Amino acid sequence: MGNEKVITAEQLTKRFGDFVAVDAISFEVSKGEIFGFLGANGAGKTTAMRMLCGLSLPTSGKATVAGFDVFKQNESIKKKIGYMSQKFSLYEDLTVKENIRFYGGIYGKSDSFIKEKTEKLLQQLHLTNEANALVRSLPLGWKQKLAFSVAIFHEPDIVFLDEPTGGVDPVTRREFWNMIYEASARGITVFVTTHYLDEAEYCNRVSIMVDGKIEALDTPAKLKEQYHAESMDEVFLQLARKATRSDG
Amino acid sequence: MPAVTVDHITKTYGTKKSIVTALDDVSFHVEQGELFGIIGPDGAGKTSLFRILTTLLLADKGNAVVDGNDVVKDYRSIRNKVGYMPGKFSLYPDLSIEENLAFFATIFNTTVSENYHLIKDIYEQIAPFKDRRAGKLSGGMKQKLALCCALIHKPTVLFLDEPTTGVDAVSRKEFWIMLKGLKQQGITILVSTPYMDEASRCDRVALIQGGKILQINTPEGITQQFGRKLFAVKSANMLDLLHQLKSINGVQDAYPFGEFHHVVLKEGVDNITMPPNTVSKEVKPDIEDCFIALMKNNG
Repeated sequence: MGNEKVITAEQLTKRFGDFVAVDAISFEVSKGEIFGFLGANGAGKTTAMRMLCGLSLPTSGKATVAGFDVFKQNESIKKKIGYMSQKFSLYEDLTVKENIRFYGGIYGKSDSFIKEKTEKLLQQLHLTNEANALVRSLPLGWKQKLAFSVAIFHEPDIVFLDEPTGGVDPVTRREFWNMIYEASARGITVFVTTHYLDEAEYCNRVSIMVDGKIEALDTPAKLKEQYHAESMDEVFLQLARKATRSDG
Repeated sequence: MPAVTVDHITKTYGTKKSIVTALDDVSFHVEQGELFGIIGPDGAGKTSLFRILTTLLLADKGNAVVDGNDVVKDYRSIRNKVGYMPGKFSLYPDLSIEENLAFFATIFNTTVSENYHLIKDIYEQIAPFKDRRAGKLSGGMKQKLALCCALIHKPTVLFLDEPTTGVDAVSRKEFWIMLKGLKQQGITILVSTPYMDEASRCDRVALIQGGKILQINTPEGITQQFGRKLFAVKSANMLDLLHQLKSINGVQDAYPFGEFHHVVLKEGVDNITMPPNTVSKEVKPDIEDCFIALMKNNG
């Protein structure tokens, strides 16, 4: 992990009418860092992530992602990032190979790049025999691993992962994190949300959002020390229970 | 008489060309008043099982009895008696909280006031918003309303399909407290979840994967059957440590586990020499350790 900052946010704010969804958050993420972005439902994680991905204009504040300004250069940001979520990741009625080609294509990669990298990727994922199978027919765990590989196929600076491991079995969940470590070792910055608090321990640093604000941000070890907690689960509960913004 | 008996149930989907076995010869029973957990990842067969037991899907083979009624022959009486909260939000988005609840009470020939005691603790949390349309509610409020609607006819058996999926850790804890309250009112509850840590909240659990039941027992019973020594280990470089641990003779398996790596020793091995500069301690297995071991044995 170098000192190069690939995400910077300063007083970043998003309002919807009177409602302050994201309330002046400030933080930086370094190149190659695995950054956990935690918070209760309704804390503002998704809104913050949408701003950083260039999908939603902030109301005020400043932020850069991969060196580009989120206000003025959001189209450039989109080319430099990858995105995957539990809900949407791949086209179910395209084959494994077609999905890879599709994503490579929309990120403007050449045919030769796509062809060469596809073969390598299929081997790494042990999916060579399933190359022409519809994604729909794959088990969930395989789909999620393929989705992650597709999200970083164009070699983005940053990959945003929105609850990537929800509902996945414990063995595959760990294999998935192994892939995250490998991507991070290659210099890809990983920005990840999760409801599994044991996964917060796998992050270099973790931020916890409460009612639109970042209430805590540090390494898992330091957070546990600061909150006199045995586990990240306890840290999260202490902070999230303070929330006044009701999710019901 | 058990509240639920499942006897050699098999369910497949698809055509001859590509058959998916959702449930593979599944058998178990649930006692009256029990809080029974079906724990497994997506695609394990949890939803198929719940649909069969709530008479919404026919099994290929085997039979099942719910509260004394056969799921095929007596499907009408089962539908009158059980409560079902599907994984997907299934209330009327255009009706308000209050209207949804009144609707479900009416179709079951009862009134909200008759069984209000059952839902009181849960409904009071959403009552301030009772005029809001269900489609406009937050995830946590939808979940509470759905639970109220599944309870309002005083079901004998309550089926909850992944009620806590996608819900944050605080709301999940609150939900399990609500379930405990319902259990104390004598309702038998079958609940499915992909979160292994929720197993400890159940009286008994069935661990399920790929349509097969891996084990059924009390949470303590499952962890007692682990039968291997387990250590939690950490060092400054966790990725290197994992490779080192895997290469040690006597180590069956090593995998990340929160702040630590868990190291499972081979049968009969009591201790190993840990790599230098590590902190290690013997720990008791939890359900996730057991699930991983069972998956690897069966795979």
